Amino acid sequence: MDDARLLNAPFDSPEAVLPPGHTYESVGEKVASIPLAPVSGTRWQWMLGLAVSLLFLLIFLVAIIYDVQQGVGIWGVRIPAAWAFAITNFIWWIGIGHAGTLISAILLLVNQQWRTSINRLAEAMTIWAVMCAGLMPLLHLGRQWLFYWLFPYPNTMGVQPQFRSPLVWDVFAVLTYFTISLLFWFTGMIPDLASLRDRARSGFARTVYGFLSLGWRGSARHWHNYQITYLLFAGLATPLVVSVHTVVSLDFSISLLPGWHSTIFPPYFVAGAIFSGFAMVLTLIIPIRSFYGLKDLITLRHLDNCAKLLLATGLIVAYGYLMETFMAFYSGNTYEKAIVLDRLQGRYAWVYYTVLFCNVVLPQLLWVRRYRRNTVLLFILSIAINIGMWMERFVIVVQSLSRDYLPSAWRIYGPTLWDWLTLLGSLGLFFTMQFLFMRLLPMIPISEVRELLHRQRGHTA
Amino acid sequence: MRERYGFMAEFDDPRLLADAAGAAYREGYRKMDAYSPFAIEGLDEALGLARTKIPFVFLIMGIAGAVGGFLLLYYISVVYYPINVGGRPLNSWPAYIPISFELTVLSAGTIGFLALLIINRLPMPYHPVFNSASFAKHASNDRFYLCIEADDPLFDPDRTRDFLMGLNPMGVIELEK
Repeated sequence: MDDARLLNAPFDSPEAVLPPGHTYESVGEKVASIPLAPVSGTRWQWMLGLAVSLLFLLIFLVAIIYDVQQGVGIWGVRIPAAWAFAITNFIWWIGIGHAGTLISAILLLVNQQWRTSINRLAEAMTIWAVMCAGLMPLLHLGRQWLFYWLFPYPNTMGVQPQFRSPLVWDVFAVLTYFTISLLFWFTGMIPDLASLRDRARSGFARTVYGFLSLGWRGSARHWHNYQITYLLFAGLATPLVVSVHTVVSLDFSISLLPGWHSTIFPPYFVAGAIFSGFAMVLTLIIPIRSFYGLKDLITLRHLDNCAKLLLATGLIVAYGYLMETFMAFYSGNTYEKAIVLDRLQGRYAWVYYTVLFCNVVLPQLLWVRRYRRNTVLLFILSIAINIGMWMERFVIVVQSLSRDYLPSAWRIYGPTLWDWLTLLGSLGLFFTMQFLFMRLLPMIPISEVRELLHRQRGHTA
Repeated sequence: MRERYGFMAEFDDPRLLADAAGAAYREGYRKMDAYSPFAIEGLDEALGLARTKIPFVFLIMGIAGAVGGFLLLYYISVVYYPINVGGRPLNSWPAYIPISFELTVLSAGTIGFLALLIINRLPMPYHPVFNSASFAKHASNDRFYLCIEADDPLFDPDRTRDFLMGLNPMGVIELEK
């Protein structure tokens, strides 16, 4: 692809997003050929990827069964650190989901056309990430089979949830987020499923995609209602995504624990979520665009823009780190100061310094345009940021808990094998879903890319 | 032959479709529909479509979710299962805002999605337009169609067909019901 030409295209012209040479048909052919490839045409690299993911999913299942059977004592959680890996995983996964919503909803509202090629992938990533996230607090319940006690329903015990607790808010926030993301994703996919139905050569594929596409026929009346619904979904998802990580951060900041009790948490968590989410978007799209030959639909311009957002949100996160430390000393509060000093000098200091290196130092490379367009570097950087953001949440959750007010209660937390297997297993769930999605559903929104093409032609005409 | 559904003109350019829809509307046809693989700006005005009711559904269901959600929390926390926390007020409403907000979004989003399906009458397993082999192959890919239906009061087999032919289409297809 002629990247040099794209580089010089004016910022707001659609031409900068889509390279010349595509037609309505070629876009459909390119995207649809992946899910419509016959079973015999499945590539071995994909099968290997799925097999490895399934192995980790199996590990996850074992870890879940053992957890349900034995209780959370199989993890390293001990008072005072009653929360550790599972909660860290929860925040990490749900944060990853947020970039998907940012791309699909917020960038739609602000009319950023470059979002088009990557929004389906990012939304799918959101759904798998929220699935992984939602499981974590569930597994952390002592008796998982009583999870429905979290809902307000009339019951013979005559008790109800405590609605002043952010932990109950979490239940509503995460479930709403999952439901809306799923509906938004599916709504966006209906016209593309119809396109797959009409292109399918095998009767089985035609039946399945036909069923999923609900009989969509592209009527102008339908488009009329469809577009406004899609826009309204975006309008709902935008405050929703901010509210979800805000509620997650309130789980911490509403408590009185030093290191948690801080008003900067909501914005700092939301920025961190988008930061880590964009890192995951890059981790996924860099291999996908080269493996499936989609470099002309997901261009360097897309990677460049993601990298810029990574840099911007990374700077907000860095500001959060700075302010946390500053406020501890500025407040003059003995306990706040102690927790910050422990963060810098204590047993978990190496984790904190790794966080600073991955999330603050490394992203500064992205000021340089050449690095933003270097896929290998971006890929490595995105993985470093994923790890860094996981460790950041670990420091917030565990380091703060392990040293609360009473020195006699202090206790260093160490993960057990089952902690690690739960974390790795959740990656298995995420990647299994992602591999299946890539093979079975249209990864790039065909109709939206065509619409962009149509507008682009309007420009040239 | 089975009953006629209408005549459908086939185009290979979205701009031709928008022009054709406008021309048909000016000619007086109302029972017609345009089909395209992606949304075309201006096509709804050209066809004279009424404003969509979807935003209204979102608004009403959003309000219902917000009010219903808050009342649920109020009822449970104040009336049904009051918990005295250090003498603080039972109706500590700021704490009820996050859940009320989530229920606003949940209610507007799920019912709004259902409204989209109901107003569009989806899922619809059968529709006469798919009787055209060309439509079934191209309508979701690279061609654009304008169908004037037989139950339009102005519909006349010869005149309507000639009118559609005059719009510069690739061809005109006769559709059975």
